Amino acid sequence: MGRFETLQQMFRRYRRPGDLVFATIFLLFALWLASQLQNQTIWANGQQLFAQPRFWPAVGVFGMAGFGALHFLSSVASDRIPGRWPEVVTWIRSLEFVGWFLAYVWLVPWVGYLLATLLFMGVLTIRMGYRELRMIGAAMATGLAIVLLFRTFLQVRLPGGQLYHLLPDGLSTFMLTYF
Amino acid sequence: MDLFLSSLDTLARLDVLLALLVGSIGGVIIGAIPGVGAAVAIAILLPATFSFDPIVGLTVLLGIYGSSMYGGAIPAILINTPGTAVNALTTYDGYPMTQKGQARRALSLAYSASFFGGILSILCLILLSPVLAWIAPMFGSREIFLAALLGIILVVLAHRGQVFAAGMLASFGIFLNSVGLEPVRYSRRYAFDQSWLASGFDLIVVVLGLFAISQAFMLLVDKDDAPKAQRVEGSLFSGLKELFRFKRVATVSSGFGVLMGMIPGVGEFTAQFLSYTYARRTSKTPEEFGKGSPEGLIASEAANNAVPGAAMIPLLALGIPGEALTAMMLSVFYVHNVVPGPGLFQNDMDFVVALYIVMLLLNVIVLGFLMFSTNLLTKIIQVPTRFLGVVILTLSFVGVYSLRNSFTDCAIASAFGVLGLILKRLNLPVVPIILGMVLGGIMEVKLRSAMARVRTPWDMIDRPIAFILFCAILLVIGLHVRTLVKEHRARVEDPDHDIHDSQMR
Repeated sequence: MGRFETLQQMFRRYRRPGDLVFATIFLLFALWLASQLQNQTIWANGQQLFAQPRFWPAVGVFGMAGFGALHFLSSVASDRIPGRWPEVVTWIRSLEFVGWFLAYVWLVPWVGYLLATLLFMGVLTIRMGYRELRMIGAAMATGLAIVLLFRTFLQVRLPGGQLYHLLPDGLSTFMLTYF
Repeated sequence: MDLFLSSLDTLARLDVLLALLVGSIGGVIIGAIPGVGAAVAIAILLPATFSFDPIVGLTVLLGIYGSSMYGGAIPAILINTPGTAVNALTTYDGYPMTQKGQARRALSLAYSASFFGGILSILCLILLSPVLAWIAPMFGSREIFLAALLGIILVVLAHRGQVFAAGMLASFGIFLNSVGLEPVRYSRRYAFDQSWLASGFDLIVVVLGLFAISQAFMLLVDKDDAPKAQRVEGSLFSGLKELFRFKRVATVSSGFGVLMGMIPGVGEFTAQFLSYTYARRTSKTPEEFGKGSPEGLIASEAANNAVPGAAMIPLLALGIPGEALTAMMLSVFYVHNVVPGPGLFQNDMDFVVALYIVMLLLNVIVLGFLMFSTNLLTKIIQVPTRFLGVVILTLSFVGVYSLRNSFTDCAIASAFGVLGLILKRLNLPVVPIILGMVLGGIMEVKLRSAMARVRTPWDMIDRPIAFILFCAILLVIGLHVRTLVKEHRARVEDPDHDIHDSQMR
């Protein structure tokens, strides 16, 4: 064993660069929420404290601010770990994938689930650096399997694509029902 | 006997059997792929299960929950990478055994210990049922409020070394739950005159963002990797026999798993720590621990697999989830108007027994599957991680969009995805947010209804169970302070390690 002797050690996390940035943003957010407590919640006359509409948001917000302040202080008091800003850049880089995801969501009601999924998986696979036909084929096959499983077989509630209305009547109904 | 037969009747349907097969085998596969995990799979499948019968939906989810840890042991032992976070301790002894050329023995022991832990925990659940059925009706609003409060305190304190972070994230969960229209005066809380905030944050949207989408983002922003695992030659049945040599360690470890699983907010990590410590202290070869000790491997796997069965106890009997996965399952109950809690044991006992049988069967199916398909699973492990990210993101869409066909839900889930990515990269836990949301909601409702009959603070704890729960809260806080003082005085050095990855669950 040797690596840990106490529960404290077993559950110890090792800090990562960027801790202070997150702690600061979280604390500021909590303080801003606390400043809005009066405007954004009401105090109902004649109600007990625990039944007040304001009570639970206050518990949450003050808990966030209190623990957030302690977390912030422990981050400030800890040694600085190099690589803070590259880490923040990594967080920001994830926004690109938010964009891809929302584009996919936007596309589904227009071109339908099947085509949107195949397009999304194919293009994102290429974007992630896979250029071999084998990988692109695997992406397409996986996309098709996902559509068949969730839409065709499990009939999960998803809108039919506007594009399907341009198809001949029988095919249009078939596509709207199963894809 | 009648109860057992009527429960079997509930299960004797093709869709339930199919769900059992898909859930248990799917869970093993999902668990075996590092970077996916049961939480991601359950989050994605949750909305799809809403259209099923409760027993079918829960069978799929229970299958995944109960079997993912079996699969997670494969990469932990073969490539030193835990398939799920709770298999991290398995790498300590499993991987050194592989390095010594004992991969087959390690896998076989891990499967056997997992099976032993899983079965023992369900047997405990079955044996405890009459007691639960007797105790559960004694839980009124104030007892459930106090149990939820104890749960949230335990969630925060169980994250040793990051109590402040866990506290702020649990509070964030409580805050998220309070956003939107409140049920007393129907006033809006923190809606900022935005219609999309007026309906509050949907638990499923937050869960999908924090677990599934964040995991996709994690894999997509990181370097590509395709782990290579060696083939395993020979029969895997030998571990079942060998486990008998270590039956004491297996039994005690499973016992710790059951105990820790029953207590909301504690879970696998504490169970594993206690069982591993016990196994080492009582071993004839303690120096072997961390270098390929079969006892260490058994302690880890028996303890973590005993938790799912036991975690169903507070969920079914009181409607209180102890960790993120049971919190997700709670929503399946609610969607189908099956309210877990005291009433379930009184009115739907055959449903409860059917769930027990499902859990027993899934362990048998998984063990049988693993004995013959481990080499197939070692191939699945090799899926490139970025490609896996693309697949998870595509699957997450189904999960979020099928709820209400709402673009806004997807945007909110993406925002939580980014938050989850930041938390995971910072080694901060995600679970307290989810439990804060769920337990915060329970506390709000139960405290309001309890206060109608409470005149003085003493009234809150004047019933036996309420008093016991109150004492437990004081005891937990007292013990935490005592431990901190003791460890501070002992000035124990804290070596860095990467065990605590609960955020990946």
